[in-house]
Amino acid sequence: MSNRNVRRVVSILVENESSVLSRISGLFAGRGYNIETLTVAPVPNSNLSHITIATKGSERVLEQITKQLHKLVPVYKVVEHEEMVEKEMVLVKFPIEESLADIQALCLAYNGGIVNVGINMFIGMVADEPCRVRHFIEAIQRYSPIEIVRGGVVAIER
Amino acid sequence: MKMNGAQMVCEAIIAEGVKTVFGYPGGAIMNVYDEIYKQDGFEHILNRHEQASVHAADGYARATGEVGVAMVTSGPGFTNAVTGLATAYMDSIPLVVISGQVPLSLIGTDGFQEIDAVGISRPCTKHNYLVRELSELPRIMKEAFHIARTGRPGPVLVDIPKDITAEFGDFVYPKEVNIPSFKPTYKGNNRQIEKAVDAILKAKKPLLYIGGGVVLSDASDLVRKLAEMGQIPAVETLMARGVMGYKNPLLQGMLGMHGNYSSNMAMSETDLVISLGARFDDRVTGKLSEFAKYADIIHIDIDPANIGKLVDVDYPIVGDVKLVLEKMILGLEGKIKPSRYSDWLEVLERYDNLHPQSYVDSDEVIKPQWAIERLGELLGEKAIITSDVGQHQMWAAQHYPFDRPRQWINSGGLGTMGFGFPAALGAKKAFPNKTVVNITGDGSILMNVQELVTASEYKIPVINVILNNHFLGMVRQWQTFFYEERYSETDLSFQPNFKALAEACHGIGYDVTTKAEFDEAIKDAIEKDKVAFINVQVARFENVLPMVPASGALYNMMLPTKEEK
Repeated sequence: MSNRNVRRVVSILVENESSVLSRISGLFAGRGYNIETLTVAPVPNSNLSHITIATKGSERVLEQITKQLHKLVPVYKVVEHEEMVEKEMVLVKFPIEESLADIQALCLAYNGGIVNVGINMFIGMVADEPCRVRHFIEAIQRYSPIEIVRGGVVAIER
Repeated sequence: MKMNGAQMVCEAIIAEGVKTVFGYPGGAIMNVYDEIYKQDGFEHILNRHEQASVHAADGYARATGEVGVAMVTSGPGFTNAVTGLATAYMDSIPLVVISGQVPLSLIGTDGFQEIDAVGISRPCTKHNYLVRELSELPRIMKEAFHIARTGRPGPVLVDIPKDITAEFGDFVYPKEVNIPSFKPTYKGNNRQIEKAVDAILKAKKPLLYIGGGVVLSDASDLVRKLAEMGQIPAVETLMARGVMGYKNPLLQGMLGMHGNYSSNMAMSETDLVISLGARFDDRVTGKLSEFAKYADIIHIDIDPANIGKLVDVDYPIVGDVKLVLEKMILGLEGKIKPSRYSDWLEVLERYDNLHPQSYVDSDEVIKPQWAIERLGELLGEKAIITSDVGQHQMWAAQHYPFDRPRQWINSGGLGTMGFGFPAALGAKKAFPNKTVVNITGDGSILMNVQELVTASEYKIPVINVILNNHFLGMVRQWQTFFYEERYSETDLSFQPNFKALAEACHGIGYDVTTKAEFDEAIKDAIEKDKVAFINVQVARFENVLPMVPASGALYNMMLPTKEEK
């Protein structure tokens, strides 16, 4: 098996109970697995939650992650796939002095727009593939962003 | 039927057929103890420390194969139980541990004796519960027993707030369990089994690598059958001692760090490892890249996460080793030629003759290996042997004539000093007519020495054979080999009077310095039927050999020198 580290998104369907997130994050911490991003939200009309974790590891580690997750009693399903449609959201706060038009054009190019404007600042939002979100964050550096909040990856099997 | 939560706990324990519960009361679990006082469905044994309660339940479970049950209070009661949970978790032992918790309204307020039991025990339990509503309690109790014993067994914690055990509600104990997300695979995949059968038929030097899973799944008879029908040699891990029986000529011995020469060489030269409920632990494999270097690997395990975790596997089979072996034996019957591997067996026999498991006996001082062998001669197949952790444990595993599974009870995965004595109490409760001996050291025995009182009070006459070398022996051995004899904090020369200590707790003690005294003490202790400490002065600087230094290759063993042979 290859020892090269690869990035992978793991999508986990779990029973929506109080300690389930700690079981999963604890498993990652305890066994030394890496978490790049983690998102969690309830699945509509069910008692389930969907957890999406972006991780990195060798093939052996990724296989262990899937198997160890499966062993947790509240875990229904673990999907670990190369072919996932991934999206990530990011919110960025800019000083009001920066060019609103430039930034709006940028946001539009990355599936977003301006979502809020105040007296001293305005907020842009984009939702796109994680690598494109990274490009967007690089691109806006010249507009002196005050604060950047990334949402973490959500993914769905193709 | 209307009853309070505490009574529900007792009713559930009775419904599960549990006869003995080990525990220690305290504030948050008092409601349950009040109900224990009123019932007569099971016996409660009051250990003198919560850690011992969990180890005793564990010993009971290992001796019987049933779920062991322990009960503790919140806070320190629970934290004392953590070592017991972790010990059972590492060796896949089915336990249900019930802990009290502060009332729901106090959770999160740093209340008196409050600790996040579910948070602490998450990495050392198979599953755990905090009961938040009384209506959930019957289902959770049922699930706890089910999860503990189903699939790969393990300990389950049920943490119950005090107000829930006080509250009244309807009790209906569920007959069935339905956890859609928990469905372990029992039957192996037929095609994979066929492929594995073909691999065995084609192999020239196959080797059965037997782990504790065979004991847990009660598959020993099938393993013996497979070995005998194919004349396939076998090695056992520490957890599997007794599976093949010491008399079986196909058994090479124990493999790993303190395995014997022919076992470790067999693993180094085999062309097909047939792994049965074993998990390729680092104490077994040594340096992974050199482990079974020339072999394909068949790995049968009920836990898919064990397969491919450390070594690449050619024939993975997820399933209960017993069910898989049944099919495998059917597939091999009539096809396998027992003479096929005779050359291979001959090679192994030559290895064994070259470096047999041996030691140099002495007339001046008792050698610890002699003590174990003599114990074996005196008690043999009848006794159940538990042990603590260290040199004595390895000598016991190497030299005691284990003849059946569940005869040998020890903490393999976690390596918990202080396990042996309370585990012996559990085993003796399960089999009161069997002699139960804890082989221990002068270090380990002090780690649950308070159980002398428990053993005396409940008349659980287990015999503790203390191989006393006035050292924390295994650590001292490593200091000799790897730390230039700097004996940092391992000299245990300052000791209690073990004989007097046992007698102070209403037991019986013996000081043994000669072989004759050893025999007399064992015989007398069995007759006296009291908890016993047999304090045996043994050769101080004896080492456990052979030894594969940590992360060395299995075939690079430190062997006894001529004087040591």
